[in-house]
Amino acid sequence: MSTRTLLSPAALARPRGRAVYWSVFTGTVLLFTLAFLFPVYWMVTGAMKSPDEVVRTPPTLVPEQWHLSGYTDAWDLMQLPSHLWNTVVQAAGAWLFQIVFCTAAAYALSKLRPVFGKVVLGGILATLMVPAQALVVPKYLTVADLGLLNDPLAIWLPAVANAFNLYLLKRFFDQLPRDVLEAAEIDGAGKLRTLWSIVLPMSRPVLGVVSIFALVAVWQDFLWPLMVFSDTDKQPISVALVQLSQNIQLTVLIAAMVIASIPMVAMFLVFQRHIIAGIGAGSTKG
Amino acid sequence: MTKTAQRRTVAKVAVQPMQAPPPAGDRRRRRLADQARAYGFLLGGLVCFALFSWYPAIRAVVIAFQKYTPGSDPEWVGTANFTRVFADPEFAAAWRNTLTFTLLALLIGFAIPFVLALVLNELRHAKAFFRVVVYLPVMIPPVVSALLWKWFYDPGAGLANEALRFLHLPTSNWSNGADTALVSLVIVATWANMGGTVLIYLAALQSIPGELYEAAELDGANLLQRIRHVTVPQTRFVILMLMLLQIIATMQVFTEPFVITGGGPENATVTVLYLIYKYAFLYNDFGGACALSVMLLVLLGAFSAVYLRLTRSEGEDA
Repeated sequence: MSTRTLLSPAALARPRGRAVYWSVFTGTVLLFTLAFLFPVYWMVTGAMKSPDEVVRTPPTLVPEQWHLSGYTDAWDLMQLPSHLWNTVVQAAGAWLFQIVFCTAAAYALSKLRPVFGKVVLGGILATLMVPAQALVVPKYLTVADLGLLNDPLAIWLPAVANAFNLYLLKRFFDQLPRDVLEAAEIDGAGKLRTLWSIVLPMSRPVLGVVSIFALVAVWQDFLWPLMVFSDTDKQPISVALVQLSQNIQLTVLIAAMVIASIPMVAMFLVFQRHIIAGIGAGSTKG
Repeated sequence: MTKTAQRRTVAKVAVQPMQAPPPAGDRRRRRLADQARAYGFLLGGLVCFALFSWYPAIRAVVIAFQKYTPGSDPEWVGTANFTRVFADPEFAAAWRNTLTFTLLALLIGFAIPFVLALVLNELRHAKAFFRVVVYLPVMIPPVVSALLWKWFYDPGAGLANEALRFLHLPTSNWSNGADTALVSLVIVATWANMGGTVLIYLAALQSIPGELYEAAELDGANLLQRIRHVTVPQTRFVILMLMLLQIIATMQVFTEPFVITGGGPENATVTVLYLIYKYAFLYNDFGGACALSVMLLVLLGAFSAVYLRLTRSEGEDA
């Protein structure tokens, strides 16, 4: 069953309506393919061309010969395994810290009624008004004072100060029925036990959303890791790509770009239904 | 059942009005313990917010009035940082570029997603394909998008000029020309970020009740009139919200100019955030960087305040 949209089903059923519909449909498929898929195709195949072929004009649509050396060279020459590993460590740690501390804080604010809870929540929500990027310099100085430069903690700890995710969790916890939690308490479960065995299992959907946001944010970030990781060996893939892009062969660079994109794109393709539904739902519900 | 659990159960029952209240001292002690536990749960989050959100916001304002070099004592210098930053020719260029970028991003990056969403909402086939494909660039790391387009804009073997040649159009300097560089970056940012906007519009369009279109059609409204009098008013709130969010996001643009143009040619693409970065990490002038940050903060804070005000009042209406 489909709901009525701008065009009436009757208009679409007419021969003329159907002709217009199918031409618009074909046009949109072509446009989307050209605008969004073709650049990706160009990148993946560009990395497989020979160094001469990739700079040739007019360019070849399909590589004359398929070389995998671009990918293997990128893997070896640009130390991609170590930069990818750095990114994984940074993203996984940020995820873990956020899940532990944001969940605990959101639970406390939602269910444990701390004195000054409203003030704390207000202070957290106020940070939504302060765009993160505008504060990178003083944040950098604080991290430097704490001696955390070139340490993954410089990614992990600031990641916890994520008002958006914390608020998302708190609002979800607010909707959990109080009597279920009270029943657990009467059965002798402590607060931590209640959180672990009752609240968290009931919160799978929101935990999934927060997890994806947390991972994507770290994987995609550039300015912050550029500031805090001056040590080349500690840099995540995004920073390393830019640093190395100056003096490396084009095909090798393109191959490295493809490799850097694979994890997030793969995750998106696996969880696309949830991610797409989440974006739509999160926004219209305010 | 353990003793403590037993006691807690009894206490729970004691809250009921019919029961005799427990001694006042006992209650107070228990309330204290509850508070201690609540703050135990809050502690980790609070420390992180304090260190990496609240303190830096205050610190930005303080350092904006100081001569600050890491490792030595800061000195109060009054408004010297602001006057020095104002006098920098790059300051005017950075603000001009940032505002132009924001405006262009609104013109290009605002109408296109809306039109795309309108069309997608009418298509009854391959829905999943469109949604996945339009969101794909969002999942590509911004650094990769920027490098990819830098390659497309290459004056030699870049795809952008090849496409123009293929269409027998004059070629362009794209990101390498002082006049075209900023627009070229707006195209990159739009390409990379459009997916989210399209999906949000789609969700909003799907929530428009079909009866409204039926009624409008019965009243003889044609397609454009239906868009104007039904679709736009029904999605007005989402449009406004996304516009504000986009303004806030594009005013903090950094990755594209840093990776693609390095702020050039002739400062044509230096943005405010880029200038902040330069003051801190190239000039080692943290006072100047914080003075700039405070200016950006005030401006963006105003936009955020409007945004939060709007979302909150809408939430109360619903």
